[in-house]
Amino acid sequence: MEEKFTTVIVPKSKWLDFHLKEVWKYRDLVLLFVKRNFVSQYKQTILGPLWAIIQPLLTTVVFTVVFGRLAGLAAEGVPSFLFFMSGNIAWAYFSSCLTQTANTFTGNAGILGKVYFPRIVMPISTVLTNLISFAIQFVMFLVFLAIYWIRGAVHPTPYALMIPLLLVQMAMLSLGVGIIISSLTTKYRDLKMLVGFGVQLWMYGTPVAYDIGIIPQKFMGIYMLNPMTPIINTFRTAFLGLGSFDLVYYLISWGVTLVILFFGLLLFNRVEKTFMDTV
Amino acid sequence: MDELAIKIEHVSKEYRLGAIGGGTLRGDLQTWWARKRGKEDPNAKIGARTDVKVGEHFLALDDINIEVKKGEALGIIGHNGAGKSTLLKLLSRVTAPTSGTISYNGRIASMLEVGTGFHPELTGRENVYMNGAILGMSKAEIDRKFDQIVEFAEMRRFIDTPVKRYSSGMYVKLAFAVAAHLDSEIMVMDEVLAVGDMKFQQKCLGKMGDAANNDGRTVLYVSHNMSTIRQLCTRCIVLDHGKVVFDGDTETAIDIYADSQQKMDYHYDFSGQPRSMLKNRKLEFVSMDVLTDPSKPIAVGDHVKLKLLCRANETFSNMYLRFEIVAADNTVAGTMFEGMPLVANAGQKLELVLDVDTEHLVPGKYRFDLLAFERNEFGNQDWCDRVSGAPVLELRKKDDRDLDWLAQWWGHTHFTDFKVDSIHLL
Repeated sequence: MEEKFTTVIVPKSKWLDFHLKEVWKYRDLVLLFVKRNFVSQYKQTILGPLWAIIQPLLTTVVFTVVFGRLAGLAAEGVPSFLFFMSGNIAWAYFSSCLTQTANTFTGNAGILGKVYFPRIVMPISTVLTNLISFAIQFVMFLVFLAIYWIRGAVHPTPYALMIPLLLVQMAMLSLGVGIIISSLTTKYRDLKMLVGFGVQLWMYGTPVAYDIGIIPQKFMGIYMLNPMTPIINTFRTAFLGLGSFDLVYYLISWGVTLVILFFGLLLFNRVEKTFMDTV
Repeated sequence: MDELAIKIEHVSKEYRLGAIGGGTLRGDLQTWWARKRGKEDPNAKIGARTDVKVGEHFLALDDINIEVKKGEALGIIGHNGAGKSTLLKLLSRVTAPTSGTISYNGRIASMLEVGTGFHPELTGRENVYMNGAILGMSKAEIDRKFDQIVEFAEMRRFIDTPVKRYSSGMYVKLAFAVAAHLDSEIMVMDEVLAVGDMKFQQKCLGKMGDAANNDGRTVLYVSHNMSTIRQLCTRCIVLDHGKVVFDGDTETAIDIYADSQQKMDYHYDFSGQPRSMLKNRKLEFVSMDVLTDPSKPIAVGDHVKLKLLCRANETFSNMYLRFEIVAADNTVAGTMFEGMPLVANAGQKLELVLDVDTEHLVPGKYRFDLLAFERNEFGNQDWCDRVSGAPVLELRKKDDRDLDWLAQWWGHTHFTDFKVDSIHLL
């Protein structure tokens, strides 16, 4: 008699089997993780979610003074405060997603070692949690933008409607890089040391603290391979009316993002079943 | 044929001993590069054969085949390290087998260590939802079950308090309640009941028994507590060194497990036995010999002669001995004292011949744990030394026509028969 089973566990999963259906079944868990992450982040703090605003605000002020006033790296024609703030909040979203997802396996070994749920649920909920912080910061940004707009200092463009697309792309990119790192850190802890440093380096390779205008034309080809560059640029074009939107670079950036995410999922898929044995 | 709930086929799980990999990316890359070029591995130990991979392999599970029918309550017993937890980990998909397949029907609610999903900052209510979702319940499902869960855990008053303020008992109660109310076809449990109080333990066992008998759910239960195994399980598996050594009825399984734990012998050397730090070792046991004729089985009521050798590390004058007699299922059958105080000076060796009367024991296998203690001026005892399994004896029936003693209900002590003083026929 041939038995029919609903679940079959085998040593290795197929390369391209991402269990997307299963993740959908666990969607309530994703939301609960998001809630848990967000709530526990600000528990026992006096200012609570206000911290989400204070941090980028202070960084922006520092950037405006150091990179704007002292170094003169801000773009011409737009208020440098808005210039740095736009770069800052976009980058903050990306970098916090990345550093947190990179920690998925090692940071949650306790719970992952006891029960099963699709492991990808964890990094996905991290990315979503950060979306809440981003939303708060984005509202703050819009308030400042409105002030400058009324004064006639900036001219937002219709590209501003692309913001959801930019966010999705940043989420995917940080997820991709993050899970590659987390998959590798189960065995090699070296990478963990690199993450903080690497993210900082990456920031200097991206026009966050300076204007893209300072990059010599001959390096532009390589420079634009960094998928974050077109994202930040488009963000500024959209809200500050700075420069112009470049479709080719933007599509290349999407291409790189998708390749990284795909590779990340492949690797994650390989590792997730047995990482408990090596972590 | 009954419907199968779980089918485990040729499952092995291999672990590598020692540190895994070089630990660093650089080390592994070096090894890989060297092997690629056919050179010697710079990270290999000098003299080690290079065709052998780094790290020895260890089979935690070795070609396991188990079939579990729907509605069965299966117990899994074995020593520490026999592979019980590994098996449950594979079933609950925490890690994957090295080879073989595991198939099952429906959802598995795993209670490996309940409460792992609990976040200390969140309230009981939030954690119920959180833990339920981790176990695979949807929010709607938990909504429906919420009152039942809280009722079962007896926690209504504390449900909106952060769980970091809970006692460990409350923690486990709530976590168990969540897992027990998941509509899963299969429940997997690993010693979860160790923390709750007796009343709650019984409640849980009842709940699990119900789940198996009435709801047709399948229960897999791992425990070192034989009485709970006996109470819950209809079938039992004994694991030893990663292999299934027995699969069948619970009583036999428990006997086999208990047997493998203690060795019958005629000479016991205690020098290698691990001792607790709590004992002051004023008196130290050295060895024990069973003087009774080994060719003849010992029957209930026989006197067993033992020769005990011990050493006085310090002078004492108030030392007593006692035997704690432990039955095969790890329950204590009773205790025997030696009534006269022993006296010795530091450095002396003592050889004692002991006479043990087995009259009140029932047929079965027993482990005698020998303990030396000193009575201090407050009437309390200071432990000096304790050795386990000294000796292990198997008692036969005095007469083959004697009643079969049902130890699981009657206990391991046979008291003196009571007497009928008078009878009136009415």
